[in-house]
Amino acid sequence: MTQNVSITLQNTPDARPITEAISEDNPKAVVANYPSMIKIDCPNRLVIRADSVSKKIGRAWDTQEIHLSLITLSGNIDEDEGQFVLAWK
Amino acid sequence: MSVVALKPGYKGEVLDRVENFHGNQLVYLHWEDHLSFCAALAFPLPPDMPFGAILKDVLPPFYGMHPDWLKIDWSSVRWTLDGKPFTPDPGRALRDQDIRHKSLLRFWTPGLKGPRDSCS
Amino acid sequence: MPATKKLGLKQKYALMTRGLDWETTYQPMEKVFPYDQFEGIKVKNWDAWEDPFRLTMDAYWKIQAEKERKLYAVIDSISQNNAQLGITDARYINAVKIFIQGVTPLEYQAHRHFAHVARHLRGVGPRIAAQMQSLDELRHAQTQIHTISHYNKFFDGMHDWQHMHDRVWYLSVPKSFFDDAVTAGPFEFLTAISFSFEYVLTNLLFVPFMSGAAYNGDLATVTFGFSAQSDESRHMTLGLEVVKFILEQDEANLPIVQRWIDKWFWRGYRLLSLVGMMMDYMLPKKVMSWAEAWEMYYEEQGGALFADLGRYGIRPPKHEDVARKEKDRISHEVWAIFYNYTHAAAFHTWDIDDEHMRWLSEKYPKTFDQLYRPRLLMWRDMARAGKRFYNNALPQLCNLCQIPMAFTEPDDPTTICFRSSELGGDRYHFCSDGCKEIFDQEPEKFVQSWLPVHQIFQGNCGGASVEDVLKWYHLNLGADNLDYAGSPEQKMWDQWMAGRHVAQAAE
Ligand SMILES: [Fe+2]
Ligand SMILES: [Fe+2]
Ligand SMILES: [Zn+2]
Repeated sequence: MTQNVSITLQNTPDARPITEAISEDNPKAVVANYPSMIKIDCPNRLVIRADSVSKKIGRAWDTQEIHLSLITLSGNIDEDEGQFVLAWK
Repeated sequence: MSVVALKPGYKGEVLDRVENFHGNQLVYLHWEDHLSFCAALAFPLPPDMPFGAILKDVLPPFYGMHPDWLKIDWSSVRWTLDGKPFTPDPGRALRDQDIRHKSLLRFWTPGLKGPRDSCS
Repeated sequence: MPATKKLGLKQKYALMTRGLDWETTYQPMEKVFPYDQFEGIKVKNWDAWEDPFRLTMDAYWKIQAEKERKLYAVIDSISQNNAQLGITDARYINAVKIFIQGVTPLEYQAHRHFAHVARHLRGVGPRIAAQMQSLDELRHAQTQIHTISHYNKFFDGMHDWQHMHDRVWYLSVPKSFFDDAVTAGPFEFLTAISFSFEYVLTNLLFVPFMSGAAYNGDLATVTFGFSAQSDESRHMTLGLEVVKFILEQDEANLPIVQRWIDKWFWRGYRLLSLVGMMMDYMLPKKVMSWAEAWEMYYEEQGGALFADLGRYGIRPPKHEDVARKEKDRISHEVWAIFYNYTHAAAFHTWDIDDEHMRWLSEKYPKTFDQLYRPRLLMWRDMARAGKRFYNNALPQLCNLCQIPMAFTEPDDPTTICFRSSELGGDRYHFCSDGCKEIFDQEPEKFVQSWLPVHQIFQGNCGGASVEDVLKWYHLNLGADNLDYAGSPEQKMWDQWMAGRHVAQAAE
């Protein structure tokens, strides 16, 4: 059965490259804007690639920087230095 | 079932024992279909108080502000006491008609359901 | 990319969270860790615990320092720029009052109890996660106090929130919720707070609060809210990991965890009915209705979560069907409670204007026009006639959630839901099957409920008159309480706004 995973980020200059990278790397992601925050839903699995964010900001982005922009999420997490994955098994 | 506790035989103190109310008992009263009063009302009352005093003295200062209050036909009011149908005797004491500590009395006033029958 | 390859995240996590402890020799382990077994949870391998964020202390300090730096820059500018003038309406601040009175003290309780858990679990992985959370929660309490102190300079009801939290009738609802959690064992505490509250329900508290704040010009709350919420994702993750960890350790743990999920879902849901009221009634500019938030954050996200946990044998919490049935009414029922008893509360309520009613009727097409609009209009008429409706009798309270018994039957929104249990010759009353079942499971605990109404009648709350009790609460009578209309706060706000219009005209 397909269930959405979901991630909500602050609507700030720091978070914007992350949201953009998510949209590009996850074609099925649906982005919704709320006052001061952005909620992204995606069927089953969503990935944030460090490379994609790094390219956008012009420096190496550490996956743990996600903690500065996160508001909430839904799904099982798996994080390492290359990517941050949110999934229902 | 009972609580899973670190200390065997754990037992808490009953905070609302009737002895803690200085000779009174708690009685809850609820006028059905009038939810502008958000919940049932709680009163500490002497157990030897006649039931009639509830209607005459206890309730009117509070429920009296509702436009339906004066329209109540008390002869048609239906009561329950702790979930069972009940016919109060205005002359007898609370304790003599099984109105106990923390008993709940609900009453329905036929034909009255607040503004636009909204049960307010 | 840096020239020298750093340790990978997984390696670093393994190095910094394993092998830090030892088997005790001159005292048995059971005496050193006296709390982690009596609940009946069986753990075979503590090392199976893994934080999916793989956060280690060094990275934690770095990230948190950065968050603090950003937050305090904003806090400074808030007071320099008179941020109190930027909010949409003074009524909005009443949501902030509920927050500092009801939520901030829970952050501090969470700080204390996560420190306790961090000491008393046998495994190092979860101990470190709990330690970080303990520090986070202290930070949350502190930053909320710092930020909201700015509003306290101008608005009423925020001057003695800690004292009020321990005494005021409606604050016994959040207080007793947390007291229940911290007096349980460590695994129940984690299932209660980290999983059921933070993972399953916290979005319904913070997200609407923060969006509401953003929409209503409250930069202060947005800022501390975001800063706190960025930690929350980690707390939620701890919650989910705890539950999965316990379930993977031993089959016998399943029924215990299921019972805790059932209990704490219901307790958390009841607590959040106060947030529902805040969302639907107290925000001048609305974000989403309680019913919409419930659908988005519980029915949809919670649905996905419990579908996933199904592989461990976990089923969705008992009585979630009741919550679904109640979603079109609880916010209205709770507003009624506070409208009835605003004279005894440290925040204001008010007449709901026509535009607001239109919004409510659009969001609640099944219930609002039929059940609640006539009530609000009756109250408005009474207020206009100089007889503002205050309920001067005290309400019956639920012996478990401690909320006045205002909730209605799951299948009948016009009849109060009365439930009760008898024990040792005494009767106990509940607002729902959910609350009754929790009591019946652990009566030894809940016969001790400190019910504010009963405590007043027992003479333990400063005296027999309402005034005595309110003074004992440390309420500033005539300022903190009563309707917004005619309050000192309204007067001040109207003056500010008159000044603003004059200034605008001059430009
Ligand atoms: Fe917190
Ligand atoms: Fe938290
Ligand atoms: Zn309850």
